[in-house]
Amino acid sequence: MRVYHMTEEPYPAAWDLGAESLRVSLPSRHCDPVLAADLYHRYLDEWVLCDELGINIFVNEHHSTATCLTSSCNIILGVLARITKHVRLLGLGIPIANRPDPLRIAEEVAIIDVLSRGRLDLGFIKGVPYEIVPSNASPIGISDRFWEAHDLIIKALSTQDGPFSWEGRYFDYRSVNVWPRPYQQPHPPVWISTNSIGSIPEIAKRGYVVGTVMLGYKAKQLFDEYRKVWRESGRPLPCPLDRFCYCCFVAVGSSEEEGLRRGNEVMAYLRTSAVVGEQYRNPPGYMPAAVLAQAYKQSGGTAFRDQHIYTKEGKRLSTFAKSSVQDAMGGGLLFAGTPDQVYAHIVDFYEAVGGFGVLQMMAQAGSMNHADTSDSLQLFAKEVMPRLEEYHATRQMAAE
Amino acid sequence: MSALRDGEVAKVDIAGIEVEILTRGQGRPLLFLHPHIGLDHASPFIAHLAKTFRVIAPSHPGFGHSALPAFMTSVDDLAYFYLDLLAALDLREVVVAGVSFGGWLAASIAVKTTERISRLILADAVGLKLGGPETRDIVDIFTTKQHEVEALAYHQGAAPDKDMKAMSEDELLVLFRNRESTARFAWSPYMRDPKLAHRLHRIDVPTLVLWGESDRIALPDYGRAYAAQIPGATFDLIREAGHFPHVEQPETFAQKIVDFVNRTGNKSTAR
Repeated sequence: MRVYHMTEEPYPAAWDLGAESLRVSLPSRHCDPVLAADLYHRYLDEWVLCDELGINIFVNEHHSTATCLTSSCNIILGVLARITKHVRLLGLGIPIANRPDPLRIAEEVAIIDVLSRGRLDLGFIKGVPYEIVPSNASPIGISDRFWEAHDLIIKALSTQDGPFSWEGRYFDYRSVNVWPRPYQQPHPPVWISTNSIGSIPEIAKRGYVVGTVMLGYKAKQLFDEYRKVWRESGRPLPCPLDRFCYCCFVAVGSSEEEGLRRGNEVMAYLRTSAVVGEQYRNPPGYMPAAVLAQAYKQSGGTAFRDQHIYTKEGKRLSTFAKSSVQDAMGGGLLFAGTPDQVYAHIVDFYEAVGGFGVLQMMAQAGSMNHADTSDSLQLFAKEVMPRLEEYHATRQMAAE
Repeated sequence: MSALRDGEVAKVDIAGIEVEILTRGQGRPLLFLHPHIGLDHASPFIAHLAKTFRVIAPSHPGFGHSALPAFMTSVDDLAYFYLDLLAALDLREVVVAGVSFGGWLAASIAVKTTERISRLILADAVGLKLGGPETRDIVDIFTTKQHEVEALAYHQGAAPDKDMKAMSEDELLVLFRNRESTARFAWSPYMRDPKLAHRLHRIDVPTLVLWGESDRIALPDYGRAYAAQIPGATFDLIREAGHFPHVEQPETFAQKIVDFVNRTGNKSTAR
């Protein structure tokens, strides 16, 4: 099993202002650039520690928000490409339908791949609905635009006898010829994240890694759908588990109490992530009108307000925003406690969703400090990760 | 066209696009172009207008239950569609009246050709950029909370009769379609066509720019500036109405249109 560590590089100092939205509309006067500099350096230090511990690195991006200072994952990855030496660098990802210039994206990721000597994992995302307004991109046609941008970026990275021209529906280029070309040939491995079963076929058909985020036990449905499409596409069986990625919180302590305390701190993400103005939550056209109408009718109007946590058996526990440590653990969103407890819980979850080859852990979030984060990462790397790798290897061998 | 019957909503194929069209009344044809919130077929203003006109009120492609061809992305596309519609229904001497987004559309049609148009009514019309880059001429409905948008749009401070929880799934579908299509045609540049200001001089039919006195989505001064750019246009206010005067003051809205049509001459005597 491959393990990645991510942090959204949060800015928790602005979380207690009582703002109705931590995203899009929170004025930047609440951001102290001196503190932001300290935070960037600290989070980079934790990723460098990961490089030493053999934990891969996962960076994402959000915009106009105190929940995430990474407004460009490619810039942070560019720094990491130089200051780390060993581990994979995953950007998951680049909101390719929200950025107006896919050619520029291809150029950026090629630099990262070359600078890191081929350690880039290339992640594309559609992005959450409240990224639409700060990006200024139209929410209309976002899926079509996503795939056209994808096709163009992949062609730009893998073409070596260019330039070529591109006259598409959304993008128009007279001369595409990316220098440098990527270190990995024909292009870095592609990852796409989604929590929507309807998006699985396009990802599975291409054999890309699918990233699911805080989905709990529902991840099984997506992985099963992926297997089905993989098989129907005539790809070699069995569908390898390294195509499946699960993103969750992990917090390890020397005692159960310490692990749970750290778990409670990283979970601050769940409580703050949803603090976003209602006008940004559901931009027109982001979801098809028929889907919206049906969901609105069935839920009595609450469909787009809350995300809920469910147990393995499908019992509803709480909303993300109001969840306790027990809720998040019960829903398979958080794995916290001693190394033994964390290992046993992850294995139990792994079996419940049919296995997965990539664990993306948000081991830092909220106001969890550097000492706790570093200690949790070290405990995980030393006492959990080797056992998980061994368990997964055995399980995968049995499957083949 | 035989498919259109008085008082009924018909599905009609116009240039390969199936749209729903309400027809009501007898007399001179009046093409009503609804705002971005769509068309309520039971809205009282239609009956008031139908006392004088044969009201033809389509749902624009992408709105209501009208089809949406994938290529359509701009108000310009809609304007060409309506030129096809005027020809397909062989309408002549048409009074074209649009509200808000529909007003923008009406202007966009008229700058192309007024061959089949005799009068133009732009009520609380959008589509024009007046201020500088730091001025938001029209309130951004996409980044403003729904209840705040309504407070700015309606004189009475809220939309009438709109309990989403009581709506059928089909009514909700129409509501979400209208919202989606508004974004399709007006997301960016927001509610405007940068070219429109340079084309308004082409409008050569008597034009009435009507404005809800309480409109705070697009202020009456925006309407006055709009009127000033159309040769010979008249500006008039409707009291106790906001951005949607046809909803809040249906009788006055209809009467002002009737009066304007009656008192203005035809195209050749307009100037």
